[in-house]
Amino acid sequence: MAGELSVAGADLELIDVRKDFPGFTALDDMDLHIPAGQFFALLGPSGCGKTTTLRIVAGLETPTQGRVLIGGKDITDTKPHDRPVNTVFQSYALFPHMTILENVAFGLRQRKVEDPLAKAQAGLDLVELGHIGARRPQQLSGGQQQRVALARALVNRPSLLLLDEPLGALDLKLRRQMQIELKAIQMEVGLTFLHVTHDQEEAMDMADTVAVMNKGRIEQMGSPEALYDRPKTAFVSRFLGQSNLFVGKVSEENPNSVSIEVGGAKITVDKKRAEKHTGTVAIGVRPEKATFHEEKPNLGADHVLIGPGEIIDIRFTGVSNQYLIEVPNIGEVTVFAQNVGKSPVVELGAKVWVSWKVEHSFGLRDLPDGTEDLG
Amino acid sequence: MAFAAFGSSTPTTKGQTKSGRVVLALLLPGLLYLVLFFVIPLVSLVLTSLETPAASGKIGEYVPGLDFGNYAYVATKYWPQIARSFGFAFIATIIALLISYPLAYFIGVKARPWPMLQRMLVTLVIAPFFISFLLRTIAWKQLLADHSPIIEWAHQVGFLSPSQSFIGSNAAVVFGLVYNFIPFMTLPLYTSLERLDTRYLEAGSDLYASPSKVFRKITLPLSMPGIISGTLLTFIPIAGDYVNASRDFLGSSNTSMIGTMVDADFLQNRNYPAASAMSVVLMGIILILVTWYVRKSGTEDLL
Repeated sequence: MAGELSVAGADLELIDVRKDFPGFTALDDMDLHIPAGQFFALLGPSGCGKTTTLRIVAGLETPTQGRVLIGGKDITDTKPHDRPVNTVFQSYALFPHMTILENVAFGLRQRKVEDPLAKAQAGLDLVELGHIGARRPQQLSGGQQQRVALARALVNRPSLLLLDEPLGALDLKLRRQMQIELKAIQMEVGLTFLHVTHDQEEAMDMADTVAVMNKGRIEQMGSPEALYDRPKTAFVSRFLGQSNLFVGKVSEENPNSVSIEVGGAKITVDKKRAEKHTGTVAIGVRPEKATFHEEKPNLGADHVLIGPGEIIDIRFTGVSNQYLIEVPNIGEVTVFAQNVGKSPVVELGAKVWVSWKVEHSFGLRDLPDGTEDLG
Repeated sequence: MAFAAFGSSTPTTKGQTKSGRVVLALLLPGLLYLVLFFVIPLVSLVLTSLETPAASGKIGEYVPGLDFGNYAYVATKYWPQIARSFGFAFIATIIALLISYPLAYFIGVKARPWPMLQRMLVTLVIAPFFISFLLRTIAWKQLLADHSPIIEWAHQVGFLSPSQSFIGSNAAVVFGLVYNFIPFMTLPLYTSLERLDTRYLEAGSDLYASPSKVFRKITLPLSMPGIISGTLLTFIPIAGDYVNASRDFLGSSNTSMIGTMVDADFLQNRNYPAASAMSVVLMGIILILVTWYVRKSGTEDLL
């Protein structure tokens, strides 16, 4: 059955796509290539242009300029109903005047596929809802509707499946379960998935490649691991997980590293992990990569050390504790320590030093909002 | 709740009786209205339709009876009017639907980005109601009279043959019926289309349906409640209309409808049993047609 549904996905290419709405630009000269068979996530806050991108691919919106290619074929001027693309809508948009089975068979009937009801039934079986074909959408729970919407799109074996925040309306537990199922189905049918979401965990969890969008542009694109390990802009470093960012003028440049001077401390980053080597540079580190010490440790040049600072907040989140440390002249630094019984037991107000390995520092291309270029 | 203090074992029953009384009191005005202005007149109408002429033989005098011959008389004498009534109602309803649907779709769907325009257009649809229905129909009679510019033009371009009048024709009556009742079609359609979720239409085109298929498979079924109520609200009053088809307005003796004949029998011929029988026939046919229509369209739950 899954074999019947599987089909080689096609690749998607956006060339120089721009979309202007009255008063603002939703998409700004966007170039994007999604290889066939990939699970690709467009991640960004609301209003970043990710849904506009998806609607342009589906044909529901016309780009102001640029071309859209699927499987190498230019479909920019093709009407939505002639595109080899199907969408799982955020609202699911299941037709209320049809049964579930008829909803799933809709696309097959339009294309005059033989035996649409049997194929629709197979599609419902794939999402484990084979027994509810006779019901109406209104009688289904949100999770069930979501799966029907997925089946309705999948049975058409599109070259490209578009998912518009498909899990947004579900509660956390159901969302986690559907994420796993969606990923499993994608592997099973081998389609190209373009998934639009504002949920960074969802994007990192499911996608092979994530593109982080902001203000109509792609800020950074890569595997979830690469994006997390080496964010290149302040926006990405903060939208995808948390980051401690330090801004200062480059004070020292070596063949392999650069250092900035911040509040008397020297913060170093490997050159190959830094986007910018001169002038004012922002260097960051993930909170879980940093550790703190109650006594000033004796560390070599392969570590960054700042402090002493004062612990001003401790949050218990279960698997870890989150410490907020105020370091004079530098600012607030967040450190996550796993609750495995190894980290020192400290209390609010304790005096601590914070350190991390230089190899965990990353240097950004830009500066965080609200910081000024120091010349 | 207050009854519980008496230790009664039936506080809920008493509570129910009390709320029952409140419900009854609230329903009473409506029930009274229905009995006074619907049930009693209906019974009286049916009884009148079975009366026989009084022994005196004077015109307009009848005594209670069981004269089913009145129905036979009506059916044989007035069958052309009965057929014409439903024929006109059918044609006028179809024309009204064909004109109203695009209009309602434009106001309810296309004009959504401009709420001001939407409100203005809805007001324009209702605006004719501010002027008496009779006055408007008389106005049309003048506009479409033999030497009016419109009719002169129709003669010139050949829509009408040189000696042909428009007033008095079937077309003139249907025109008047469509004109007078079209808001009853447009408004329910508008209400229904205004709530149409266009995301369903996007989903349809995403699932390979061409615009015409999207319309037939999604827009049309989703606006069915509006179509049903619109067609009922126009068909029923049109079938009973007695103004447009009358000789004094847009019709002639060749265009008379049931309403025209009921009017004539009640007020001029004073044949009350025949007029009543015709009213009962009109009502019966409408009831049968509406029941069949609603069943057929499978929308009983919408009414």
